[in-house]
Amino acid sequence: MVVPIAYYLVLSAILFSIGVAAFLIKRNIISIFMSIELMLNAVNLTFVAFAHQWHQVSGQIFVFFVMVVAAAEAAVGLAIIIAIFRTRNTLDVDHVDLMKL
Amino acid sequence: MHLVLFLIFGGLCVAGALNLLLQRHPINSALSLIVVMTSLAVLYLLLGAEFLAAAQVIVYSGAIMVLFTFVIMLLNAGKEERTHGSKAAYIVGFPGAAALLGILTYIFLKQSDHLGSAKLGGYLVTTSDLSRVLFRDLLLPFEVTSVLILVAILGAVALARREH
Amino acid sequence: MEVSIWIFLLLSVLKVAVVTVITLMAVAYTVLLERKLVGRIQNRWGPSRVGPFGMWQPMADGLKLFLKEDLMPTNVYKPLYILAPLIALTCALISISVVPFGKEIYYKGVDLFQIADLNIGLLVILGITSIGVYGIALAGWSSNNKYSLMGALRGSAQLISYELALGLSLVGVVMRAGSLRLRDIVNIQATHGLLSWNVFGGLQFVAFFIYLMAAYAETNRAPFDLPEAESELTAGYHTEYSSMKFAMFFMAEYANMITVSCVATLLFFGGWSSPFGDLLPAWGGPVVQALLPVFWFVLKVFFFLFLYIWVRGTLPRFRYDQLMRFGWKFLLPLAIANIIATSLWLAFRAA
Repeated sequence: MVVPIAYYLVLSAILFSIGVAAFLIKRNIISIFMSIELMLNAVNLTFVAFAHQWHQVSGQIFVFFVMVVAAAEAAVGLAIIIAIFRTRNTLDVDHVDLMKL
Repeated sequence: MHLVLFLIFGGLCVAGALNLLLQRHPINSALSLIVVMTSLAVLYLLLGAEFLAAAQVIVYSGAIMVLFTFVIMLLNAGKEERTHGSKAAYIVGFPGAAALLGILTYIFLKQSDHLGSAKLGGYLVTTSDLSRVLFRDLLLPFEVTSVLILVAILGAVALARREH
Repeated sequence: MEVSIWIFLLLSVLKVAVVTVITLMAVAYTVLLERKLVGRIQNRWGPSRVGPFGMWQPMADGLKLFLKEDLMPTNVYKPLYILAPLIALTCALISISVVPFGKEIYYKGVDLFQIADLNIGLLVILGITSIGVYGIALAGWSSNNKYSLMGALRGSAQLISYELALGLSLVGVVMRAGSLRLRDIVNIQATHGLLSWNVFGGLQFVAFFIYLMAAYAETNRAPFDLPEAESELTAGYHTEYSSMKFAMFFMAEYANMITVSCVATLLFFGGWSSPFGDLLPAWGGPVVQALLPVFWFVLKVFFFLFLYIWVRGTLPRFRYDQLMRFGWKFLLPLAIANIIATSLWLAFRAA
């Protein structure tokens, strides 16, 4: 039994759209950050699906690099969140509206 | 078999993502995101990317999301409140995301015939295939990412450190 | 291979059931072994009343835990409070599925001594152990108790710190075998008996000690048992748990110990291969030849479990800052140095 690649792409589109919606609607800064991760994951699925279709390893290498960047981003982003929480004592993005800590 | 597995784990992905969207408590969102990521690892396996599947579980579910839950626990993040900003986001967010989804789905399904299909065991990238490309053709980008990670570590330490 | 899918499925399910039962029994008797040995180390008898030499003690303990009242504190976050022990136990038990116990022998297309033979077996074990962190983290968080939260924070920080050293210590072994498949890693050590084991002939003894220390920290065992340090945190992350839920954490800890011992055996001590290599003449029929490797494997795993208990009976607990310093400033650089040394050695040998 075969599954059309298009199904994988549609699945990744669904995940990406949910990520976008969550990014816009969520008010907690950690949740917003998690929706970014969700979008990155959706894009990764597209890369892997295309790598499968074209029989190219480089598609998977892309995913590998995205993972590395996501790990770096998570470390720095969470450090920023901790710094914000320390100074402003809130995680709500509506209350973090100054361009300084 | 492939279709069944795809439907199960694709369904889990979507359910997890929706749960992330609907839950008000960050820790529930984090857990649903873990479900999404782990199911994605299974989908990678179905697409013949075995190393990436393992890396997905180890890096995403095992490291990044642990970091998230750690921070949620550390800051004792509570339920989020609905504020003014979120109302505007509701008006723009849902239609925008729905439109995006509609366009993408339309294009993908229309081009479905050109895209071909995936068969279980049809195409497998072994770890040695992957590393051959990574360490021969793409050695420089690989090394650059190591510098990136080093910078990120230093940045994270500098940001999170308490001022004395 | 033209084997009916139903026979395959039936045999596979049977295999899973047998391995699960054996692992659970091994967990129960590791607890008894620990109590006995620690008792001896501390100059006591250990359990000796239930059955001969206390042999039925694990059964009695299990029955007691099963019959106890399952307390649910009022202010816990219920879904996660229930989920946490399940995650811990499931992750601990799943990882045994990729461990090969003996030689590759097929019966009707089913590998007799391994549940799943994966190309990425080693990574699967690492991945599943890294998911196991959530058991501890969520237990502590959902209990709504300061001690539990402290234990969980310590636990998750400790686990992500030591995972790095653990993963890096295995790179040398993987480089030597050129594969992540556990059977390949064992096969390359099976040529000259003791001399070709990674810990001796493979020159991976530094990696072995890094692995051992990092794995003790990963399983939250003494001297790294800070997440459940009795003297500081009551019982750490499982303070609020009782009855079967507590038993699940308890079993998870011991199942993890067994997995770690299995992995140490596979990666550094030649897995199921005999320490004498081919020196010993092949005797007995095919059944003995098939079961002898399993005997060696179990013996080695038993040795590592013994080592675990011995260390617990001997060493005092680390302080938290010492623990972190040890992991990041000593084990991690050492693991990286080991990778460099191993790759230089391999390149030199290949040239």
